[in-house]
Amino acid sequence: MTGEKLVNLNVNLAGLKLTNPTMLASGILGYSSETLESIAENGAGAVVTKSIGLKPRVGYANPTIVQTKCGLINAMGLPNPGIKEFVREIRATKKVLKVPLVVSIYGFSTEEYAKVAEKAVGAGADAVELNVSCPHVKETGSEIGQNPKILAQVIKAVKLKVDKPVFVKLSPNVTSIADIAETAEKAGADALTAINTVKAMAIDAETAMPILSNKVGGLSGPAIKPVALRCIYEVYERVKVPIVGCGGITSWRDAVEFLLAGASAIQMGTAIALKGANVFKTVSRGIEAYLKRKGFRSVKEIVGLSHRR
Amino acid sequence: MSAYPTAANKHRTTRLLNIKTESPTVKTFTFKDKQCAKAKPGQFLMLWIPGIDEIPLSILDADKNGTVSVAVKKVGEATKALHELKTGETIGVRGPFGNSFTVKKGKILMVGGGTGLAPLLFLAKKLALERAKIFMVMGAKTREELLFKEAFEKICGKENLVATTEDGSYGVKGLATTPLERVLAKEKFDMIYTCGPEKMMRKVFDLAETRGIAVEASLERLMRCAIGLCGSCVIGKYRVCRDGPVFTVNQLREVKGEFGVSKRDFDGKLIPLE
Repeated sequence: MTGEKLVNLNVNLAGLKLTNPTMLASGILGYSSETLESIAENGAGAVVTKSIGLKPRVGYANPTIVQTKCGLINAMGLPNPGIKEFVREIRATKKVLKVPLVVSIYGFSTEEYAKVAEKAVGAGADAVELNVSCPHVKETGSEIGQNPKILAQVIKAVKLKVDKPVFVKLSPNVTSIADIAETAEKAGADALTAINTVKAMAIDAETAMPILSNKVGGLSGPAIKPVALRCIYEVYERVKVPIVGCGGITSWRDAVEFLLAGASAIQMGTAIALKGANVFKTVSRGIEAYLKRKGFRSVKEIVGLSHRR
Repeated sequence: MSAYPTAANKHRTTRLLNIKTESPTVKTFTFKDKQCAKAKPGQFLMLWIPGIDEIPLSILDADKNGTVSVAVKKVGEATKALHELKTGETIGVRGPFGNSFTVKKGKILMVGGGTGLAPLLFLAKKLALERAKIFMVMGAKTREELLFKEAFEKICGKENLVATTEDGSYGVKGLATTPLERVLAKEKFDMIYTCGPEKMMRKVFDLAETRGIAVEASLERLMRCAIGLCGSCVIGKYRVCRDGPVFTVNQLREVKGEFGVSKRDFDGKLIPLE
């Protein structure tokens, strides 16, 4: 090891200690302790559960996903067993998981967000991520995240109930994501995740029918990477809290670009379908090799670097 | 890149070429699809009934000429709508998805029930080319519901096929597992393949374990994305759509707590298997 600088992949994300900057994005797997543990074993520095609400939800009928040339469009409809049932899964997960557990939550009112967050943290969640950006369920998700007044109320209500970091996942389906980010920061968000899926749809030419049962859904995968990158670049210029980059990352190079744009950590979901679950390991090794090659010693040194170039 | 490029699997539509009535509740649908025509026994596809639903189906046959067949039992709204479609009507297809049965030579036992017999017939055709000796145990509720009996008899030989019916209208009265102990006591098998009701497969697995015989079972769970993302089909740490649907004996041991016992419901909650 003579002369060679040691590279440190550790990230402190609003108090969460990650041993590398890759995370499992919400909505992907994340129902059970076994799958979350398996993603952590594949190298994720932290995992985020599926979005959990106050009551169980069965989600939409199939087709809930459309595979297109440029990415995936999904409208699952937030299926989840409800927080009362899920606290058992959180407890079971905490017993085996060696990385931070972030519980994604949604609600149909300020009170619901606060109640679910309180229960999740009570059961052992290391942080919560507020889903205020799901583009395909009415009266929650992006309908909250697109309204600055309601968004601020939700964040404040959750902050009053929990003593763990509160992440807020932003929607790209807004006029100015930087304005929304600023609102979230002022209301007390400890970190911002950007971005959720881009509102989209698919129509079958032969039958002239919308394919998704819900008609509209959210686009993920490589197609939205440039959009996500721009969002993070804009948000970084306006807020001080850490940003978690998400949207179309499938390689270490994508991940590095997000860090350069201002993300302190990154999330992946669709990449699991494209590259396999070990994508977390290959991406963090790639980041490490990049840092070494460029003479950096930590992830922190390159966060937002593009703004200074 | 992975062996599952999602772009290559993208949604497409095709027309129904042929519909064959197999039993009072089961029809076989044949259509053209280049990608699924390359499928291996055990793999499945997602079939879209426009405006109704999209359902996972085991592949019954895949031909070099580009045609694919699936056997569908009328069990709910989606399959009822599919049964009402006519030749020439449009359906959507994604796939093929998942892994496949390993093709073993030697002495084979197959245990199948209901439409679980479909992927086993596809496999039996492939095994026959490898000159494997196949012994077949097949079960159904009634004589009319015993699927593909003639096709199996042709491959295995009449003397190597035991049929069971729950009402006793044909063959042995009982479940497919009823004659199993007797069959296993009489012959030594190198491999057991099973597909059908999960409680049946669990019994096959348990019996095989006591005798130290390798088993491969094709599992079924609620499917949504079919590409290993949504988590609807998880059993233990495995995703049935991507890590399965065919599970080896070692994997089955790992998921013993859930195999034949429970599955995840539409809301992700673990519920007992019927």
